[in-house]
Amino acid sequence: MSELIQEPRHFCALGAQQTVIAIERAIPIVHAGPGCSAKLTTAMSSCGGQQGSGYAGGDAIPCSNLVEKDVVFGGEKRLRSLIEGTLKVMDGDFFVVLTGCISDIVGDDVGSVVKEFQEKGVPIVYAETGGFKGDAYKGHELVLEAIIKQYLKPGYEKKAGLVNVFASVPNHDPFWEGDLNEIKELLGSIGLKANILFGHNSGGINAINDIPSAEFNLVISPWIGVNAAELLKEKYNTPYLHYPVLPIGGVETSKFLRATGKFAGINTDIINRVIKEKEDEYFYYLARSADFLVQSRFDLPKKFFIISDASYTLGISKFLVNDLGLLPVHQFITEDVPEKFKKTISEYFKDFPLGISSDVTFSQDGWEINEEIAQHNINGMPLILGSSWDMDIASDMNGLHLSVGLPISDRLILNHTYVGYRGGLNFTEDIYSKLLSKHN
Amino acid sequence: MAINLKNPVVMLREKRLGAVSGYSGDAADLCKKSHDGKLKDLDRTFSQCTSCSANQVKNQLVFIQDAAVVEHGPAGCSGDIPGRNMVGRSGRRKRKLPVHNLSYINTNLTEKDMIYGGTEKLQSGIREAKRRFNPKAIFVTTTCASAIIGDDVEGICNDMEKEVGIPVVAVFCEGFRSKIWATGFDAAYHGILRKIVKPAKKKQQDLINIINFQGQDIFTELFGRIGLRVNYIVPYTKISDLERISEAAATVQICATLGTYFAAGLEEHFGVPEVKSPPPYGIAGTDAWLREIGKTVHKEKEVEELIVSEKDKIASKFEELKKKLEGKMVYIGAGAAHGHSIISIVKEYGMNLLGATTWHHDARFDCNDDRTDSLKHDVEHYGNFKFSVCNKQSYEIVSKLYKLRPDIYITRHAGTIWATKLGIPSFEMGDEHFGLGYQGLINYGELILDTISNPLFVKNIAKYTKLPYTEWWLDQDTFAFLGGQK
Repeated sequence: MSELIQEPRHFCALGAQQTVIAIERAIPIVHAGPGCSAKLTTAMSSCGGQQGSGYAGGDAIPCSNLVEKDVVFGGEKRLRSLIEGTLKVMDGDFFVVLTGCISDIVGDDVGSVVKEFQEKGVPIVYAETGGFKGDAYKGHELVLEAIIKQYLKPGYEKKAGLVNVFASVPNHDPFWEGDLNEIKELLGSIGLKANILFGHNSGGINAINDIPSAEFNLVISPWIGVNAAELLKEKYNTPYLHYPVLPIGGVETSKFLRATGKFAGINTDIINRVIKEKEDEYFYYLARSADFLVQSRFDLPKKFFIISDASYTLGISKFLVNDLGLLPVHQFITEDVPEKFKKTISEYFKDFPLGISSDVTFSQDGWEINEEIAQHNINGMPLILGSSWDMDIASDMNGLHLSVGLPISDRLILNHTYVGYRGGLNFTEDIYSKLLSKHN
Repeated sequence: MAINLKNPVVMLREKRLGAVSGYSGDAADLCKKSHDGKLKDLDRTFSQCTSCSANQVKNQLVFIQDAAVVEHGPAGCSGDIPGRNMVGRSGRRKRKLPVHNLSYINTNLTEKDMIYGGTEKLQSGIREAKRRFNPKAIFVTTTCASAIIGDDVEGICNDMEKEVGIPVVAVFCEGFRSKIWATGFDAAYHGILRKIVKPAKKKQQDLINIINFQGQDIFTELFGRIGLRVNYIVPYTKISDLERISEAAATVQICATLGTYFAAGLEEHFGVPEVKSPPPYGIAGTDAWLREIGKTVHKEKEVEELIVSEKDKIASKFEELKKKLEGKMVYIGAGAAHGHSIISIVKEYGMNLLGATTWHHDARFDCNDDRTDSLKHDVEHYGNFKFSVCNKQSYEIVSKLYKLRPDIYITRHAGTIWATKLGIPSFEMGDEHFGLGYQGLINYGELILDTISNPLFVKNIAKYTKLPYTEWWLDQDTFAFLGGQK
């Protein structure tokens, strides 16, 4: 496998600044070179469907902008003064120091500097997110770990029905805000109160303070979030449910509600009633579009390729097979998935009904992905769901392309979602609107 | 100052041009201090994220049609690349070139490379770039990580050049070296001057190099009328075009912040005269710029006719817009020379310039010729005004806007969102050719008028959002952290 990256999608651990910005009134403090933060804003926010600066992101992010003398003499003094300045200037409830390559290579003792402030009672943690340590998913995990280990206090009281949700990674799921809110609504419909941690009205520091009080943790992704749930199990003995498939569309969402309801010990009558009502609505609309969806005059795609992170690639594959009756060709997982999860994730792609299965390749290199896709000779128009990078290969394959993963420079994203029953309908609209626009 | 093409590393702007990233005062004082050699940079004890040379390098190099860029660094250094890809695709479409993704590879340095070095990955990146893109040249750009671990990038590039059989140009642009990210432009041009441009075999007397970004093509028609052909550099050129830019009759630039090093290097090492004038924004600047071009290529008479006819075309519209814009309060934040250009425009409309800030300031340009001093041009033509230098510190910009409450904030690269959250209409200028020349003055005037004529959107946003700053900060002096006072 190539170690090089052509057509970069997931950048570096310092991308965790977007995780911090997604916590309401949290302020990232970046201890790095001068260009890192701005590049990651462009990469993940502007090219994540134009998600903007948020409350304290973009060019508002405090940064030490390290220069040559800091490389030679170390940047601890500069960091201390940056934190002091931040506490005076920036109006925030929670602060997260994130380091870049320079600090991690020269070995600044960031922990000690941050500890001085922690001891004064400042709500501040740090994560060493030097770019060479991994991609932004790694950074996301490091921030969650920092919050759990450095900030959360031992004492807590359980709150009935409260569930911490570890699912979408801001902004790597470019629809994270809509997706998390949809999960919250789904869990709400079966009587659970979701603590989604990120996004509008998610609670900020109060949501973080509530983490130990959850009855259980819910990881909805093939792997990301498992680490956080494990740490919380260790520290607070909180059980967790690992549900690997991001539920998109009717089939998976109903399965998800049943599994979660069972784990939470919710009366099956309640679950069944909710599912019945939602499925009826979902299939009403799908059925309405079936006049169009089941015919061949529009070159409707029958086969698909997905190029996205593990969570989306798996979730979308399930949806396309189960709900829309399409056939998988070869799927691609583009973030740097830890080795220990890879085998299990590949197996999820063998687990479709009717003996349907898909090959899956883990690769961060666009060239490798394009080479693999180009080998397939597809009769008709394949559906290619990926990022804005994948327009070229889609066009070479005479395919139908829709951007659903980072980077997305061809869509504006507000609170659109692909999760749940609603997400399945949105997905159907988006794919086939794109198709119809080709006919006009 | 002499430009040394023997050294693979470009000399930093701080040393070459006396560039600074912090100043507060007025334009006349800054000009004087720059001239007297008394300009000192001031540091800030609190700062927000800026930009880096590695970013600006790619702003030019990735858009060369048949070159590849190999960035030697961790994956996050590629953060600008998806956005550049979008710019590249739309730019190619505008210039009627085949549309496709950028030819870019990142060497993806990881933890083990920090210990053992990244030499093999760089070699493999160069080989793969040759195999995948079949380019005519490969530019290898450095990053903070590759510089600190000490990979011999120049040596590797020279060795690989023999293997792959095309120029492999090391471009040194690691972010921590310079506080002035425009140094990245110089680094890119240094690489091109050093390894791509060839001495002219014969001169083309009607060919003009125009150093620019990706703006719309306005020059072909304009220069065509005085019998000149246009050679846009560097985006969308081919390596074979760049090899021959030495044949041009002159080099002009739309922004001296961008092109100072390239233009001076072409003059010093390849005998292409640099047109030395203020930038072509506003009537005064455009007059001076066209006249200098006329002088350089010996077309004074044609240029005078062009000036008369072009000015005539805009006269009545200009007066109409001026009546509407006169006295409107404006604040400006932009890159150095481009900021000075916007000042010319708003001043010619008689707007009330409450102040301006630029992202850095070069005490002089490489040609060391006063005619190119764009800030001095503004002071001489329009009088003195409040001025500061801040490397995109948005807390300082917010402070200014909060206190001054202008009718409009005009920027390039920073702060429209914060103006919006304050309920102040603003725009960010993308296409630097938009405001250029006489027609550009009209374009700008209309855009300003359109922007201030319906502020309802920004007023609503302001009502429903909060700034991320403390009351304490909003009450402080804007430059409280400059020079380590706080």
